[in-house]
Amino acid sequence: MWAAAPVAPDMTKESVVLQVVCIKQVPDTETRVKVAADGVQLDSAGVTWVMNPYDEYAVEEALRIREKAGAGEVVALTLGGPGVTSTLRNALAMGADRAIHLTHDGSPPDPLQIARALAAELQPLGAQIVWFGRQAVDDDAAQVGPIVAEMLGIPCVTAVAKFELNGETAKVEREIEGGREVLEVRLPAAFTADKGLNEPRYASLKGIMAAKKKTIDAKPAAPGEPSLEVLALELPPARGAGRVVGEGPAAVAELVRVLREEAKVI
Amino acid sequence: MSILVFIEQRDGTVRSTSREVLGVAARLAGELGGPVVGVSAAAADPGLAALGDAGAEQVLLATHESFGRYDAAGYTAAVVAAAEKVSPKAILFSASAMGKDLAPRVAARLGVGLAADCTALDVEGGRIVATRPVFAGKAQQRLAFPGKTAIASLRPKVFPPGAGAGKAGAVEPLAFEWSPDANARVVSVEAASGGKIDLTESEIIVSGGRGLKGPEHFKLLEDLAAALGATVGASRAVVDAGWRPHSDQVGQTGKTVSPKLYFAIGISGAIQHLAGMSSSGCIVAINKDAEAPIFKVADYGIVGDLFEVVPALTEEVKKLNAAV
Repeated sequence: MWAAAPVAPDMTKESVVLQVVCIKQVPDTETRVKVAADGVQLDSAGVTWVMNPYDEYAVEEALRIREKAGAGEVVALTLGGPGVTSTLRNALAMGADRAIHLTHDGSPPDPLQIARALAAELQPLGAQIVWFGRQAVDDDAAQVGPIVAEMLGIPCVTAVAKFELNGETAKVEREIEGGREVLEVRLPAAFTADKGLNEPRYASLKGIMAAKKKTIDAKPAAPGEPSLEVLALELPPARGAGRVVGEGPAAVAELVRVLREEAKVI
Repeated sequence: MSILVFIEQRDGTVRSTSREVLGVAARLAGELGGPVVGVSAAAADPGLAALGDAGAEQVLLATHESFGRYDAAGYTAAVVAAAEKVSPKAILFSASAMGKDLAPRVAARLGVGLAADCTALDVEGGRIVATRPVFAGKAQQRLAFPGKTAIASLRPKVFPPGAGAGKAGAVEPLAFEWSPDANARVVSVEAASGGKIDLTESEIIVSGGRGLKGPEHFKLLEDLAAALGATVGASRAVVDAGWRPHSDQVGQTGKTVSPKLYFAIGISGAIQHLAGMSSSGCIVAINKDAEAPIFKVADYGIVGDLFEVVPALTEEVKKLNAAV
């Protein structure tokens, strides 16, 4: 049980009853990528697994909405093998009320498959807000949020950097080239969280202890057929060794010369 | 079989990144056979016939009074209607803010796979193969499409713009089914201060890290950037410290960029930063620590105090500008 519930819910305003946060477990951003023997997957040996950093903003925003309303439920939802429960526990320790684990073994599903499995689970839940991270920092696809929203027939705003809830409507901002779009969205809706949305909390010791007693509901995922075929995972072409043109401000003239004459970039 | 290209317009002007996508489409169409067809959504024709030169033989235009601004549901309806009309072999988008938002919706409607943010798109043995960076560029994936239509978004600034077809495209109205609803709409667009060019669209980027010692010293980089016509970027450390906005961040939890010239100034070169910029054309490092990892990926480096080197570099660039 989550500890903080002293504030009586304000029944005079509409409150968000249910929020689901879709999270993904990914390799830590300091990971050095190695290709597995099959030539298509990441070699997971020695990899530290964490919650996708963008998903932390999503969890945090959902918790803040619940705390502000003094009511409502936050459910963490993920898809993956047995190892992903540690990331679900992390979401529960941050403050999510319960979790759902769609179990999947074998080769990683593509974005459409993940979305299909998540949407099938989300459909009967009827959440007012479905949260995602802007993208997962492993495959960088940035697809699952908007695809799930299409499947559920609800609006979706991607890469949300500012979120303000007013009853049944959210006013949100997203970064575009050279500026920001401001949108108004009627709930139910999906949002994908960008960095800058908030400062995610660390799980407290109390939260970690409480998380051990919270429920993780496990059930098999139904991803269906793949829509992409991974032919290869490769390391990018190595950059040739460069050179130090000199030391201190005295080297500036030489730098400008090589940029102009060799590299021809200025 | 045709290649369908989403043509992006903002404020009634076709965005240059769409010409890059048309260039790729023209090459694929040449190998696979079939025309390049554009589809655009706008309040009024933003001059689409001119895209014939970039390779679009025909452009289908979905017009609606509310299409002056991006409308996710309306634009999706337009692209899906165009796809149903021409049954394309592939649908291509720019991986711009708009394209990244729109392409997954179209993929969901058509129930086919999307390869996002591709850096190469080729025909191999008669099928389309996409190459796309993963782990922010620490690795890359090569993908094929089992479905009847391949959908891909292409990273801006990686492909040259299509040009030289030397003819006007035919612009035709596109019928599509959609009624505007108030469930999600853009109410305003706020321009970034100073009309700054976005990092993902910049030819030259001048990025600063913790070596700058404080937010006030970014003035040095802004001066250099002004002389070069560049955009200022930042490392994660300085964004997390609140010195620069998140929109400036280059790296794994920021932007992945491929400018022709990238300056890393006072940036040591953490792996998550290198991931975001190592596909740049030319990399210059300025750092007082000769052992900093950034020098391993830089084409050119200066070892020295950035507070001395950067002002000297700005002056040298200004001299060059004055001479040209």
